[in-house]
Amino acid sequence: MSRQEQRVRPAQTTAFAAQLANADIDLTSVAGPAGPETLLELNPADWGRAAAVAATAGLRFAAVWGEHRPPELLVTTLLAGGDGHLLLRTVLPDSAPQLPSQTPSFPAADRPERHLQDMFGVRFVDHPDGRRWIRHRAWSAKWYPLRREAAIAGTPVAQTAPDRSYPFAPIAGSGVYEIPVGPVHAGIIEPGHFRFQAVGEDVLRLEAHLGYVHKGIEKLAEGRDLAGLARLAGRVSGDSSVVHTWAACQAAEHALGIDVPPRALALRAIFAERERIANHLGDIGAICNDVGFAFAQVQMTRLRELWQRTSAAVFGHRLLMDRVVPGGVAVDLVSDQLTPLHQEAQQLHQEVKSLMPVLLEYPSLQDRLRNTGVLSPANAERLGVLGYLGRASNLQDDLRRDAPYPPYDRLHIEVPAYLDGDIEKRVQVRGDEILIALGLIETLLEKLPEGELQAKLPLPNRECAGLGLVEGWRGETLAYLRLNAQGRVLRYFPRDPSWLSWPALEVLTPGNIVPDFPVCNKSVNGSYSGIDL
Amino acid sequence: MLRIFNKILRTGRLTEPLPAGEATVAELGAACQREIAAKFGGSLAIRMVDAGSCNGCELEMHAVNNSFYDIERFGIHFVASPRHADLLLVTGPVSRHMQAALLRTYAATPDPKLVVAMGDCGADGGEFGISYASCGAVANVIPVDAVIRGCPPTPLQLLQGLLQVLQIKTPE
Repeated sequence: MSRQEQRVRPAQTTAFAAQLANADIDLTSVAGPAGPETLLELNPADWGRAAAVAATAGLRFAAVWGEHRPPELLVTTLLAGGDGHLLLRTVLPDSAPQLPSQTPSFPAADRPERHLQDMFGVRFVDHPDGRRWIRHRAWSAKWYPLRREAAIAGTPVAQTAPDRSYPFAPIAGSGVYEIPVGPVHAGIIEPGHFRFQAVGEDVLRLEAHLGYVHKGIEKLAEGRDLAGLARLAGRVSGDSSVVHTWAACQAAEHALGIDVPPRALALRAIFAERERIANHLGDIGAICNDVGFAFAQVQMTRLRELWQRTSAAVFGHRLLMDRVVPGGVAVDLVSDQLTPLHQEAQQLHQEVKSLMPVLLEYPSLQDRLRNTGVLSPANAERLGVLGYLGRASNLQDDLRRDAPYPPYDRLHIEVPAYLDGDIEKRVQVRGDEILIALGLIETLLEKLPEGELQAKLPLPNRECAGLGLVEGWRGETLAYLRLNAQGRVLRYFPRDPSWLSWPALEVLTPGNIVPDFPVCNKSVNGSYSGIDL
Repeated sequence: MLRIFNKILRTGRLTEPLPAGEATVAELGAACQREIAAKFGGSLAIRMVDAGSCNGCELEMHAVNNSFYDIERFGIHFVASPRHADLLLVTGPVSRHMQAALLRTYAATPDPKLVVAMGDCGADGGEFGISYASCGAVANVIPVDAVIRGCPPTPLQLLQGLLQVLQIKTPE
C-alpha cells in the first residue's frame, strides 16, 4: 500500500559548468554571494540555452529574481541538484532589457519570470505566455515598482479599478462553461481568482489569477535595517513566519560572514519544527473537513490549539512570530521547561500515531481522497514541486538532508515519499512528517547546547550579498539579500515554496469534479500572500 | 467506526469558560447574547474578508471555531456570502488589488451592518503601511466600527473584541 522508493540523485551541480562549456556557453565569471552556492555568470544571449542544458542535466528550477543596480539589471536563477544549489546570473542594461526565457525548459519559471517582467520591465522574448501576472490595475504598465528610481509611494489613484480585463485562456466547445470564483472566497481563506472551465461536473481546465494580496513586500524591504527586515520577513506568509524569518536572517548572516551561536540554531530548528507540526495538524483536519469529515477537523484543531498554547506559554507567541532575529533568537528556553516540552512531544506522538490510522483506514474518507487530485511523479518532477506535495508524488527533496544547514547537519533526517500522488498520500505524508518532526524536537531538546542566544552583527562596511535556504513546512524556502555598507537592505527577495505548488494545482485539478476543488486546493495549500508579496 | 466513537467519548467536552476576569467576560457574553438576540434575530453572521493579510489573522480566526473557544455558543458564526452577513471581519492592510473587491463586499452586505478591522495591519496598516500597493488601514477604504489589535490577535482577544463591539456598537 505505502510503496516507497528511495531516490538518490548523483552529484549534478558540480558537473554543470562542464556541461555548459560543452554547449559552447561561455562563463563570464565564476564567483558567489556568501554562502555555499556557486554563481556562474553568463551572457544574456545564452540565458535560455543554459536552462535547456540544466534541464537536460536533471537540475531543478528553484527561483528567478531581479535586481536593479543602475545602469544594470541583474537576473539570477537558482538551480538545485541532488548535491546542492548553484546560481546563474546575467547582467542586462536597464534600458529596454530583454532576455531569452527559461520557461520553455522549466515550466516552473513561467510566473516567476512574469513577476520579474511586471516588477522590473524585463521582456522575456520567447516566453510562451506574455501576459502580466502581478500587475493588476493599481499601477501603469510603464511603471516598474522594483526599479531603483520608482518611489514606494507610487502615484495611486483614489480607487483602484477591479481587474476585469485579465485575459484568461479561452476554451470553446459544446456544453463548456466557465465558473469564475473569487477573489473573495466562501471560507476563511486568502483571496485569489480561480477560473474553472467545465463540462457538467468535470473540470476541463483551471487557471488561477493571483496577486490580490500584493502589498509591496520587496519594495518595502529596501532601506530597512536587519531587525526591520526580520519583522517583514515574518509576515511574508503568516503560516511560515519562522522559516521566512530564518531564511532572511541566514541570508544576512551569510552576507556578513558571522556564525550563529549553537544554542540559537537549535532553538531556531525547534521553532521551525513546531511551525511544521502546527500547520500539518491544521491541514490534515481541514482536508478531511473539506469532504465533510468533521471528526478529523475537531481532533486536529484540538491538537493544534494545545500545541499553539505551548508555543505562547514557552516562547511567547502562538505562531512564533519574531522569535528568530538577525544573529540568533529573541527568546531562550529555560531549563525547567525541558521536561514539559518532552512530555508534550511524546503525548502528541501518541495522539497522532493513533489518530492517523483511524483516518487513513476510514472507508468514506478513502473514497473521497484516494485517486483524487492526482499529481503524477512525472508531472511533479516536471514542475519541480517541493515539500509534502512533492513527497506524496515521489520527490524527496529536503534541504535538511540534501544541503543541510546547522543544526540539521548533525541530525538524521528521514524523508517520507509515496508514488500515488493523490490527496490521501498528501495527508499521509503530513502525518509522517509530524512524527518525524517530533523526533527531531526530542533530539534537539536532549542535545540543546549551552551558550549565547545572539551573535553580534558587524557593519558590513562594503556592499555584500547572501542567500538563505531553509526547509520550511511547505518545502525549500529561499531568501536573497543584498546589503549596503551601512547594513541597510538594497534588495530582499523571499521565494516561498508556493511559487512551485500553485502551477501544480492547475495540473492536478482537471479531471476532478468541481465540488472536489476545495479539497484539492487544501491538499496543496499554497500561500497566496507568500507569492503575491 | 468504533475507534471514532471511542475517541470522541474519551476526548469529551473541551469548551472552556472564558478566562481572565471571568465575571466581567461572562457578563459581557451574556449581555452580547441579549444584544444579538434583540438586533440580529438570535445569531450574528460574520463574513471574513482577507483584504491583504499575511494569513496569520486567518489562522487565529480558524482557532475561534475550535472546540476550546467554540464561538458558535454565543450565536456567532462565519458565513460564506456577504449577503448573509451582519458583520464584516476584515484583515490585512487593504491591498490596492483588493480595494474594489472589499468595496463590493461591503456594498453586498445588507444594512444594518458592522465592520471590524482585525489585526495591527487592519488597524493602521501595520508592517505594510500605505504605498503604491497598499491602502493601509481598513478605515481608509470602508467605514470601520471597531478594531481588534494584535499581530495576530489571539483567539481570546478576537472573541473578547467581537463581544465588546457588539455591546458597545449598535448597527444603524
